[in-house]
Amino acid sequence: MDWLTDPLGLELFRRALLEAMVMGATCGAIGAYVVLRRLAFIGDALSHAVFPGVVLAYVAGVPIFLGAMLAGTITSLAIAVVSRGQRIREDTAIGIFFAGAFALGIVLISTQSGYQRDLSAFLVGDLLGVGWDDIAVSVLAGGGVIGILVALRKELLLVSFDRTYAQALGYPVFALELLLLLLLTATIVVSLSAVGIILVLSMLVTPAATARLLVDRFTPMMALGGVLGAVYGVIGWYVSYHLAWSPGGSIVLVATMLFLAAFVFSPSHGVLAHRLRRHPQHDAQRAAVDQPTGHQHGENEGAVVASLERRHPPGR
Amino acid sequence: MTAVGAPTLQLRGLAAGYDDRWALSGVDLDVPPGRLVGVIGPNGSGKSTLLRAILGLVPHRAGTVAMDGRAIDRRRIAYVPQRELVDWSFPISAGQVVMMGRYPGIGPVVGPRPADRAAVAGALERLGMADLAHRQIGALSGGQQQRVFLARALVQEADILLLDEPMTGVDLGTEETIGALMRELCDAGTTVMYATHDLETAADVSDLLCFVNGRVVAYGPPKETFTPHVLHETFGGELMIVDAGDHAHIHGGGHHAGHADVPKA
Repeated sequence: MDWLTDPLGLELFRRALLEAMVMGATCGAIGAYVVLRRLAFIGDALSHAVFPGVVLAYVAGVPIFLGAMLAGTITSLAIAVVSRGQRIREDTAIGIFFAGAFALGIVLISTQSGYQRDLSAFLVGDLLGVGWDDIAVSVLAGGGVIGILVALRKELLLVSFDRTYAQALGYPVFALELLLLLLLTATIVVSLSAVGIILVLSMLVTPAATARLLVDRFTPMMALGGVLGAVYGVIGWYVSYHLAWSPGGSIVLVATMLFLAAFVFSPSHGVLAHRLRRHPQHDAQRAAVDQPTGHQHGENEGAVVASLERRHPPGR
Repeated sequence: MTAVGAPTLQLRGLAAGYDDRWALSGVDLDVPPGRLVGVIGPNGSGKSTLLRAILGLVPHRAGTVAMDGRAIDRRRIAYVPQRELVDWSFPISAGQVVMMGRYPGIGPVVGPRPADRAAVAGALERLGMADLAHRQIGALSGGQQQRVFLARALVQEADILLLDEPMTGVDLGTEETIGALMRELCDAGTTVMYATHDLETAADVSDLLCFVNGRVVAYGPPKETFTPHVLHETFGGELMIVDAGDHAHIHGGGHHAGHADVPKA
């Protein structure tokens, strides 16, 4: 068991492990919205857009969290305002501000001397560089994000599923969508020290996409996404420790591999399960498939029936 | 659905639409409580815009919408949007979608109360969907999806129900269920307005017809409004009137439109 306990010997390593877990859980939870609302591009854009804020905060000596939140918020607002008209579509607005903000960060960093090492830390993370103060910020911000996601789960779900109906019920749809972007920004900032600007997108989509393959309800998807994110963080960190690989890169590679495993082997939506079920006598098959899973957990029965009926819609 | 009478819906000189293209203008309507109103018009005539403008979902350009002389209270209106507007692969069940109609009453943070669960179960039961409450929404047929949307509106226990093309793309059984339910609701005092392509059914079941084509062409009981003149004004060249002896035979434009028999004027 030395391989398990060895990496826990130094406080430096324990800090890194904790940071990886907090990052993974927060990303995995909000990832449910990123995946279902197709916010992957916005997530990627925001992660680049916080860059100038990070650099400015670094230079000015203020907490990086504040600078990054400010830059992310300004960019979110700019995207929302510009894409409200009909002439500039949202993805175009995102492209403009995402690259623009990132360029500002690069220019800012080029005016400073001796920043080469720090630049790569921003881009791909620097787990071994985190201190207790970084972890405190991550736990507070990550906990806050998850707390708001839980408190407003009904409202955010409604706006995500049926925007028009939410509006008809009198919900402040624009404010709720902006809130989701702010939570996304906070999540990205929490993740910077672990996986950096470039790799954070993976943690925003991969755990949630994996969860989507395994469960068929929103709340379980969000919870499982959070758990998977934390687990990927832990496994990735151990891989990085033992093989002396980059921590951020290892975490993301683990996430990608496990997504592929779920894609192939998921009992309800996996490629293998679909192939096994592709027989003409699907009624007999359904009974056979249904029984074992149905008795283990009630929710799964619906999932199996649902995926079967998506192939054979009843009387469409 | 309601014990106290529904309010009268009052539209005065209403114009609505986006940017410089107004889908509707000069709309004056009084919808008395407990009536079933069919909103009829060709594609792009402003049927949906009329319903959405009542809810304030489309910007008003001129005029007002009121309930008994007061500002619109959205909580008293239940809306059934077009089915195509949502992502049916979303990972939620039929029962969860219906529960959304109760969200404003539940408020944030907490979960549904027993009364909310009972209301959802009751609405699904009423639409013959009790067995499908736990079914993933993407696994439902078009007609079943429409029933889920209707059940979601029912649990709002609103005074006014607005339905945007509830009969489009559903099976005959669902169409009959929806028609019967709209009638029941009206008899219980709820005001129901629904947009439709189906001229024949609308003329049969509605108390009032509202013919729309960028403006309100005619509004009143079917007997007074369902005339060749009004139909021609509403549908223009899209409509074919075939003289079939004692009454004219109407074919609406496009593949959506129904056909109907009209007493010859």
